[in-house]
Amino acid sequence: MGSSQSAAHDFRAENRLTVAYLTVAHVALFIGVILGFLQALEYAGIDLYPRVSFLIKSYYHGLSLHGVLNVLVWTTFFISGFLTFVAVRALGTPLQGLTLGWMAFALMAAGLILAAVPLLRNEATVMFTFYPPMKAHWAFYLGLTLVVAATWLVALTLYRTYSAWREKHPEAWTPLAAFMALVTFAMWTIASLGITAEMIFLLLPWSFGLIEGTDALLARTLFWFTGHPIVYFWLLPAYISWYTMVPRQARGRLFSDPMARVSFLLFLMLSIPVGIHHQYADPGLQQHWKLLHAFLTFAVFFPSLLTFFNVVASLENGARARGGRGLVLWFGKLPWHDPSLVAQVLAMILFAFGGISGLINASYSLNLVVHNTAWVPGHFHLTVGTAVTLTFMGISYWLVPYLRGRALWNRQLALVQAWLWFVGMAIFSHSLHRLGLMGMPRRTMIGASSYLPLQLDWHADLPLVALGGTLLFISALFYFVNIAMTVVASRQPASVEIPTAEAMSGPEEALRILDRWWPWLAVTGLLILLAYGPTIAQLVTTTPLNAPGYRVW
Amino acid sequence: MRGTTIYLFELAWILPSVAIPVGMLVALIVTAYGAGIQVPGDAGRVDPTRLAETALFNEPGVVEVGPLRYEARIVAGVWFFTPNEIRVPAGSTVSFIATSRDIVHGFSLHGANVNLMLLPGRIARATARFDRPGEHLFLCHEYCGIAHHTMFGKVVVEARP
Repeated sequence: MGSSQSAAHDFRAENRLTVAYLTVAHVALFIGVILGFLQALEYAGIDLYPRVSFLIKSYYHGLSLHGVLNVLVWTTFFISGFLTFVAVRALGTPLQGLTLGWMAFALMAAGLILAAVPLLRNEATVMFTFYPPMKAHWAFYLGLTLVVAATWLVALTLYRTYSAWREKHPEAWTPLAAFMALVTFAMWTIASLGITAEMIFLLLPWSFGLIEGTDALLARTLFWFTGHPIVYFWLLPAYISWYTMVPRQARGRLFSDPMARVSFLLFLMLSIPVGIHHQYADPGLQQHWKLLHAFLTFAVFFPSLLTFFNVVASLENGARARGGRGLVLWFGKLPWHDPSLVAQVLAMILFAFGGISGLINASYSLNLVVHNTAWVPGHFHLTVGTAVTLTFMGISYWLVPYLRGRALWNRQLALVQAWLWFVGMAIFSHSLHRLGLMGMPRRTMIGASSYLPLQLDWHADLPLVALGGTLLFISALFYFVNIAMTVVASRQPASVEIPTAEAMSGPEEALRILDRWWPWLAVTGLLILLAYGPTIAQLVTTTPLNAPGYRVW
Repeated sequence: MRGTTIYLFELAWILPSVAIPVGMLVALIVTAYGAGIQVPGDAGRVDPTRLAETALFNEPGVVEVGPLRYEARIVAGVWFFTPNEIRVPAGSTVSFIATSRDIVHGFSLHGANVNLMLLPGRIARATARFDRPGEHLFLCHEYCGIAHHTMFGKVVVEARP
């Protein structure tokens, strides 16, 4: 990353933008995890909702807040700040359009506030999936739409920065980290068209009273057009850290730069035409389209396997350089005293299990067993809740000290935090997976459910959900204390470098087409047209918008 | 050449990485078409505001359509299934034909491969066979408002005399 220009430009202005994004992200995560804790306790029969009823009106009110804040706000703000930080440094080029960058932040924050007001007032208790005809306050839909629009402005600033760099380096390979950040935002920009269409053509005019009704299936299909690739929008920034930073933190080098580029291009092309695998149980969609999306979901598993190999090989390279021996024993020689690395390696381990349970979700007929059961939150707490969140925490352990110019307040506490998250999540997620296999539904106030007394086989695992959730909550508190104290109380100057991994095998011998955009974007468009075109065209032309809205909470 | 060993390692990983998903796909096709375990398809459309005048859903309940063959016509709404108890004799094959009168609900029938989303405007359909006497819980597995967790029913499979 350290090209000659970065010495000339100190990136202080860009840092301030990153700090703004990270601040909002952390506030959202903090509120979200408190609500998560209440949910975990409720499963074990400890109902604290009556005590907080002045603020949180019901289990479902809290759950909607938990989902929106943790899965949409924490991720989107963190990613916007982190990838801006990564891209400008990798390109060694100042952000082109700093004002535009701040406008993007302001728009995203305004959208968040607009959506947060009805959400907090219990006027948008519709979960982060907001399936109509359940009808939230219009401000909720408008706010989320503005957040999405703001991410396009972030993408635009990154693209303009890349163009400025490209003009000066017409022959050079795009630096890997910048290439990955651009792929992430390109994929997301295309993916977000689904939710944007859902908002503009269905939910916004309906909530403003301009049209009478809506349609559940059309809305769900547009939602999941965005709803699956959004998980790659969360995950790819974690991969950027695993590929371009973690190898350095493990004192090694990235195994293969071209293979990393190939996997990101595959994510660009295959992340989007797979969304119907969330709708296997939906009526009104033909089975052969569901099956095609199953095929393509298995295809997008391939770049994940490439990532697994490349990242583990890089870790092994570092561990062997530190004296690691044996087929697997080298793993013990990783720098286990570095909280940033530990958090991310532990995130990778749990992510392997999240990948496996995700494959089961995607497996068409097997999905009948697990669809909409507790298995699903069990799965995505390993992916977005650990692979993404614990990785972002690990990144923060060097990024926040770097931005603040002060050392991490307490490294021991950070190590304990990472391990506690790992153990807590293992218990929490394992229990939810088991309960899901026993038919327990997700998004349900289980402790109060009418059928709980009939389901004796659930009773052994429910307290474990609460135990895991409690450990996660304590871990999160340790994290926030450490970050807050680093910002306000740490007096030691930081000696942090930005971890920047070199590659063992660089891009020089790879095909130039890996650094072109149009061929890959064209294939992306074609695959989307093939996988979604007929279904969406048929739904749009034949669906009457006749379902009236309901407020049911 | 510097990259040669790396290239061989890459290849040694890429080949199984292709083989694993392809193998799983084959298993998936075999279960779907060989064993006949299918997800719901397109079973037609219905006007959610006019269910009371629509055949199939104007009189929800269980109908015998042949020897040991039944149709359970179910309407979901906040926060109950109509009917919420379905009685059939052991050995029956039951087609569940369901829709929602208001918002999105779910229909998850324990101990049978029946897992449906119930969307207003759409007819959902799945079939299951019940060989042994006993009770099967079915419940709403999609968040549908403040009393979502009270929405359930059961299939009672009765011993044949």
